[in-house]
Amino acid sequence: MTPASTTASRQLLPVVPLAALFFAAFVLPLAALVLVSLFRDPQFSGLSPVQYLRFLSDPFSLKVLTDTLWLGAEVALATLILAYPLALVYVASGQFLRTLITFLIMLPLLTSTVVRTFAWIVILGRDGIINSAMLSLGFWQAPARLLYSWEGMVLALTQIQLPLMALPVINSLLRLDGNLTRAAEGLGASRARIFLTVILPLTLPGAIAGWLLVFAAAATAFITQTLVGGGRIILMPSYIYQQAVGVQDWPFAAALSLIFTLAVTGIVFAIGALSRRFVRGVDAA
Amino acid sequence: MELTLSDVRGHSLDLRGIGHAFGATVALDEINLAVAAGELIALLGPSGCGKTTMLQIIAGFLRPSKGEVRFDGARVEHIPANRRRIGMVFQNYALFPHLTVFENVAYGLRARKTAKDVVAAKVEQMLGLAQMAAYARRLPGELSGGQQQRVALARALAIDPGLVLLDEPFSALDKNLRLDMQIEIKSLLKTFGVTSIIVTHDQEEALSMADRIVVLNKGRIEQIDSPDALYDRPASLFISSFIGHTNLLRGTVTETDRVQLDAGPEIDLGRSVQRRRGTPVTISVRPENIAFGGGEQPGAIPVTIRATVPLGAVSVTEGITASGEAVKISQARAAGIARAQAGEAAWLSICDTSRVSVFSTPVDGVPDHQQRSV
Repeated sequence: MTPASTTASRQLLPVVPLAALFFAAFVLPLAALVLVSLFRDPQFSGLSPVQYLRFLSDPFSLKVLTDTLWLGAEVALATLILAYPLALVYVASGQFLRTLITFLIMLPLLTSTVVRTFAWIVILGRDGIINSAMLSLGFWQAPARLLYSWEGMVLALTQIQLPLMALPVINSLLRLDGNLTRAAEGLGASRARIFLTVILPLTLPGAIAGWLLVFAAAATAFITQTLVGGGRIILMPSYIYQQAVGVQDWPFAAALSLIFTLAVTGIVFAIGALSRRFVRGVDAA
Repeated sequence: MELTLSDVRGHSLDLRGIGHAFGATVALDEINLAVAAGELIALLGPSGCGKTTMLQIIAGFLRPSKGEVRFDGARVEHIPANRRRIGMVFQNYALFPHLTVFENVAYGLRARKTAKDVVAAKVEQMLGLAQMAAYARRLPGELSGGQQQRVALARALAIDPGLVLLDEPFSALDKNLRLDMQIEIKSLLKTFGVTSIIVTHDQEEALSMADRIVVLNKGRIEQIDSPDALYDRPASLFISSFIGHTNLLRGTVTETDRVQLDAGPEIDLGRSVQRRRGTPVTISVRPENIAFGGGEQPGAIPVTIRATVPLGAVSVTEGITASGEAVKISQARAAGIARAQAGEAAWLSICDTSRVSVFSTPVDGVPDHQQRSV
């Protein structure tokens, strides 16, 4: 071995434990998943890409996939719209208010997803807080179905995933040079114009990072989707679960998993690449 | 369309009794300043003297706790920054990094909903004046510091401002470029006839740029004067040591026109010092107002030479008096004088006593020379 390669292998030594774990817990199972997805039927008799063809030719399966991706996009957009006002208030606040806001943003991350989801069931349920309030105030004549609905699911996921959006947006807003907004103001720009032409373009890397995080997290949020969506709305995570555990069709479940993974990562990479082309003069977050 | 520069006139600015406090900290106190239209003013002072607060009040980013701000005689405290027609040039230029040079200069015009062809013509004209026409499509990150500054000024001037405010505009430039940019920007501002206020802690910058300099210290105006008057007739001990280099020598008043220096001689100032006999005073003598004297004669100060430093056009010699005070002598090097050797004894004389300033010695001692350079 040459001295140079000895040094190189020494430098790599500290990452060996992590690499080993990564290999055993990620690469091997993924390879197994690829292999399983290539079996012709649940009895594992012979290899064939038939599971993928089955997915692509089935309108129901395709609809489940697009619904799931759409849910992710919708939740990510909702968190984005909520995160900007929050971040602007945060940046304009003093130390005490900042600490309080940080605490409130972090709070959901400190509770289990299951607990937060059940809280939403209590709020959205037929006898939940919203329904009983609206009924007793006389605004509604009959209880509305909030739980087990698409809107209820978007609402719950938006609250649960908000930290993933708020933190990168706040971070990029904090890095924005205050003189830039002052310069725009001095040049005669209104508050709305300053936001649209200076603040938004310059914090876009943070917003895109947050959008991608929330998109991926919301699309794959099995527990919340299942509990708030109930059995009525079939989305990819529950579809996979149903095929694997319910129907015992492991090859199809494996193919669904891989297609879903590819679709989500494909969108993440495509948006990342697009944003690098269109975001000028700002370091990508 | 044709834009004639002579049409553009600056506002006159009037600050009356301006005071501002951040909580319990008083940042500005009793500021009165009248600036004529087209004048170039420097606000000079050490860090924390309140000059940035004053700039923010004029710009409209900050509302003063008390006092009046008037543009052309009309009060403007209630008018927000985006409706004041003020061009700002920031220390770090604050160019929009995601917009091209053209879009940066066009920003203020577009914010005012100016017609597209007018915007294009105006931006082209501004970039031409700033010698940046060739860079219109570049992003700020692709420009040098001097080029960014030209763009920042073009952007500020494009909105035909009544007032241009420059916040430490040259501090980010390297020293060689600084003087060139100062001359260039001064001539641009003068061409426009726009009233301009430069905030700086660098006295050379203030001296080279301004028609008049406002010296601020601890939230108060110490002196408002032309650069020459400020240098030759400083109103306070603080200013005499803040503007240029000076020698401060302690002494005591003996006659109405005489001061006995601790360093040895009694100096005849040729005018009344307007202080009682026995008053402790500090006199300020510029290094170029001191020369090596022929020997022991009335008013000559004996010193021991410590070192001589050649500084290009001049050479500076430092001597120590019997009272332990350091005295710097600045001589033109072309004179061909023999360089004094360290450790030698020498006699110094004051060339022109009318240019010596006399101040009462403050109770807390003579201000430290070092506070000049921040």
